[in-house]
Amino acid sequence: MSPADASRAANGASAVAAARAPGTWRRLADWLFQRRGRERAPVRLTQRRIFLLPTRYGAFFAVVLLVMLGGSINYGLSLGFVLTFLLGSMAVVSIVHAFRNLSGLELAVLPGGRAFAGESIGFDVHFANPHRLHRYSVAVAHASGQVASTDCPAYGSATCRLRIPAPSRGRLYPGRLTVFTRHPLGLFYAWSYVEPDCAAIVYPHPESTLSPPPGSTGGEGRRSASQDGQDDFAGLRPWHVGDSPQRIAWKAAARGQGLLIKQFVAEAGSLAWFDWDDTPASLGDEGRLSRLARWVVEADAAGLAFGLRLPGCLLPPASGPAQRESALEALALHEARR
Amino acid sequence: MSRLPPALQRPWVREALWCALIAPMVAAPLLGAAPRLLLALGSALAFWRAYVIGRRAMHARQHDVALPLGSQSNWMLLASLALVLAPHALRLPAWLTVLVVLFIGWRIAVMRTAMRPLTRGTSRSLFRGGVRPPPRALLVAMVSAASVGVFLQYGTLFGREPGVALLSIMIAMKLLELQSRRDATVLVFLAYFLVITNFLYSQTLPTALLMLAAVWLITATMIGFHQRDPRFRQTTFLAAQLLVQAVPLMIVLFVFFPRLPGPLWGLPRDGGQGVTGLSDSMSPGSFGQLSASADVAFRVEFPGAMPRPVDLYWRGPVFWQFDGRIWTIGSAPSGPTAPPVIRAISEPIAYTVTLEPHFERWLLALDMPSALPPETRMSGEFVLLANGQVRTRVRYEGRAALDYRVNENESEANLRRALQLPAGLNPRTLALAAELRAAGLAPERMVEQVLDRFRREPFFYTTNPPLLDSKHTIDQFLFESRRGFCEHYASAFTFLMRAAGVPARVVTGYQGGVVNPVGNYLVVRQAEAHAWSEVWIAGRGWVRVDPTAAVSPLRVESGIAASIAQDDPLPLLVRGSVPMLSRAGFAMDAVANAWNQWILSYNTQRQQQLLRNLGLDASDWKTLSVMLLAGACAATLLAALFALRSLLPGRRDPVVRAWERLCRKLAQTGVVRAPGEGPSAFARRAAAARPDLAAGIGEIAACYVRLRYQPPGSDAAASAATADLQRRVRMLKT
Repeated sequence: MSPADASRAANGASAVAAARAPGTWRRLADWLFQRRGRERAPVRLTQRRIFLLPTRYGAFFAVVLLVMLGGSINYGLSLGFVLTFLLGSMAVVSIVHAFRNLSGLELAVLPGGRAFAGESIGFDVHFANPHRLHRYSVAVAHASGQVASTDCPAYGSATCRLRIPAPSRGRLYPGRLTVFTRHPLGLFYAWSYVEPDCAAIVYPHPESTLSPPPGSTGGEGRRSASQDGQDDFAGLRPWHVGDSPQRIAWKAAARGQGLLIKQFVAEAGSLAWFDWDDTPASLGDEGRLSRLARWVVEADAAGLAFGLRLPGCLLPPASGPAQRESALEALALHEARR
Repeated sequence: MSRLPPALQRPWVREALWCALIAPMVAAPLLGAAPRLLLALGSALAFWRAYVIGRRAMHARQHDVALPLGSQSNWMLLASLALVLAPHALRLPAWLTVLVVLFIGWRIAVMRTAMRPLTRGTSRSLFRGGVRPPPRALLVAMVSAASVGVFLQYGTLFGREPGVALLSIMIAMKLLELQSRRDATVLVFLAYFLVITNFLYSQTLPTALLMLAAVWLITATMIGFHQRDPRFRQTTFLAAQLLVQAVPLMIVLFVFFPRLPGPLWGLPRDGGQGVTGLSDSMSPGSFGQLSASADVAFRVEFPGAMPRPVDLYWRGPVFWQFDGRIWTIGSAPSGPTAPPVIRAISEPIAYTVTLEPHFERWLLALDMPSALPPETRMSGEFVLLANGQVRTRVRYEGRAALDYRVNENESEANLRRALQLPAGLNPRTLALAAELRAAGLAPERMVEQVLDRFRREPFFYTTNPPLLDSKHTIDQFLFESRRGFCEHYASAFTFLMRAAGVPARVVTGYQGGVVNPVGNYLVVRQAEAHAWSEVWIAGRGWVRVDPTAAVSPLRVESGIAASIAQDDPLPLLVRGSVPMLSRAGFAMDAVANAWNQWILSYNTQRQQQLLRNLGLDASDWKTLSVMLLAGACAATLLAALFALRSLLPGRRDPVVRAWERLCRKLAQTGVVRAPGEGPSAFARRAAAARPDLAAGIGEIAACYVRLRYQPPGSDAAASAATADLQRRVRMLKT
């Protein structure tokens, strides 16, 4: 297990430890800003949960207006007053417009796929607009700094994909998302908190160094799979973390088709059992899952049929994408013994 | 998630707390100093805390976004800046205008280069027809050089002109290095600021309309920065919406915002350059120049009947001192002078003058002023004086006696001043005066004789007289050229009277004016500037004598346009010979007058007058604050209601409403949709629970899902499908 794997595994543990008892300010903030915990879709952005604050530009604009007001008083410029008050009033009206750009929107968040730990996962944020108002530049931000934005037409809907980093295996809840807009003038920032009750599944990060699975058929099967010349070429599939660079279809990559992995059909009858008990306990739970994940990925890439045995979970041998998904999911959701 | 005690969780408690945060700001002006300070501190703290908490959500708001070159926002920004810079271009020194235009042209070239598709083998170098922005060092060097140039031009970097010059240069520079939304936002704010600098030079209605268009465009540009794919029509429509909705609040602020009189900091001494009007001296030709100006000097409203045109002598500066060519006010006598004594014989008439700023101290008044407007005084020669220079348009109410006796007992010192003559000049005029004096006539008869001479002999009234180049200007005029404008006649007459031993002085001002039938007021233009004389006659005091009237009676009876030759230069508006033009001119002037009266002259006095008319105690600033706050709240509420009307429940998507109606119908029969249950899932469950309705529910659900998630291409198809859905829901019998 590489140091990167170790730190990734440690991250997951520290995240749990970091959740300390909330302070008074935090509780007050949760209440003031209507942070309600996870909610089922669709979430409607009501007046109660939309907040507004001036942006930096808003503060700067206020300073510009003050200077203009001073100039108007000093020079006795009546039209200066008119202009200053018009711009000031426009800023006030823009607060209402920023609010209305969010108000009444309905939000549903769905995981847009699966990923290995250390990658990021796309969540589809689906906006439905039940009003006859075009919503401009509605954005969703995640605490990681990822932002996605979209327009939502009147009586219509729109979707944008927010990429959220998946640091550790298991169920990934996107956490508290900030739905915000700076439309129309960028002087005010309207936002609302939404914590969707939907989770994506994050597979364990496949170990970076490949150690051969023990057991009678495991070694044989793996070796036959890695010897390219002996197997029949079966097709290409997209590259994933953990794939061996030796099997990347470089010709396809050169043609601009992206990174693809050559798949081979193994000899009939080759079968592997990946067993929790075959991994050394010294790796720790996360490390052992990482190693199993690597084996699953390798076996699938080789077109090998495999079975998976975890404490409290048994996956009968099979091959193909469905098997790969179920195996990785089982690894992702494995309850580590405490 | 941990929660506060349930008692605090009630929604209204939360709203109340938010209100408590905001209320101190609103209430502060109404409280005493100590609680106000405490409240302000408390709410500032609370706001700061809320801000800090809110900031954590705002991690994304500080991101700067690149503004693609050649994007529509870029072009709109360029157009707005050009619009606000254009009026300044005429006022800036030529080299600066050229520089700014050069920078803008460079920017356009850069943007065009960026828009050109990049094909293989063409690099965007200067030699391949591509233009790049200048390197930063060059830019800084150019701007430093331009700043030095501005300093050399004006001798300072502060004040109105150098300020505008520097601002223009900075904007042009910023435009060249514009890359991101932050730069663009700074430019937009600078553009707003440039709009206000335009008002330093002109506040007329056309300027205001041009600047309104500029503000509209700038706002649309700014909106474009915050849209993913800005379209001209959408951004301009939204900008118009914002501006229109801002108008009620703007009016409230304009009317009730306390107007502080006087400058906050020292006014720069650069006002009033290039203003045409009366000056504190008079030389041959000075009034001829004024006759070419159609600028309005002042406007007058008469609540009663307007006096006859021959009585409309508007008194301005009075000149005592003559050096042979130039008349000046001269130094006041050292001895005691009599205070001005005016005895009105006829009933005084009232009038209201709106005087355009002329950057001098005198106020024009109808001869002879019998009462003083507030905050004015009267000089020894009956000239109304303001407390300072007239820098803004002023409005004052005057009273005048058309028949009067003034200073029947004039001081010796003043009478001596009124007999001063330059030594050794104009021998022929002096000889003529000696003849008059030798005849032993009374002063009145002497005046008559001189005027008769003007009438009899071939004297001509013209705005374009020959140049008086002799040392003896009066001799040359009286005996050779005999062609002159009012200042020639006033000057010669006064000289002659003094030489004959009658105390006399020159009075300048305006004579006549044109009645604007549209607004029913009198317009007096610079072209109507006039000069006449006053002689002092024992027992009668100072008497007005207008020698011009002797030469050209039409001048005082029908105005300047009727009295001078057709080929003499006179502004078209003054001449009034084209009826269409003069009618349009009257209408335009009436609009300009209303604009001046209600917008530009709105000041402390007008504000208090308005409040008194509304029945409020104008002297109390608390009344003003309350009015301001209440009005602002009402106006904001109005705008908010208007802006949010499309969020009302009745305005929601008819498709959604039809679906909700179905859900309500089914809920009555016991099939309740679970929160978060999708339409298809719910339809399946409902169909299972009510097999009799299965077909109808299935169709409605399919219809709903189609409309909601795959909207039909055309609006007509969508509305037909919506109507179909509504009908199906209505027909469903549960």
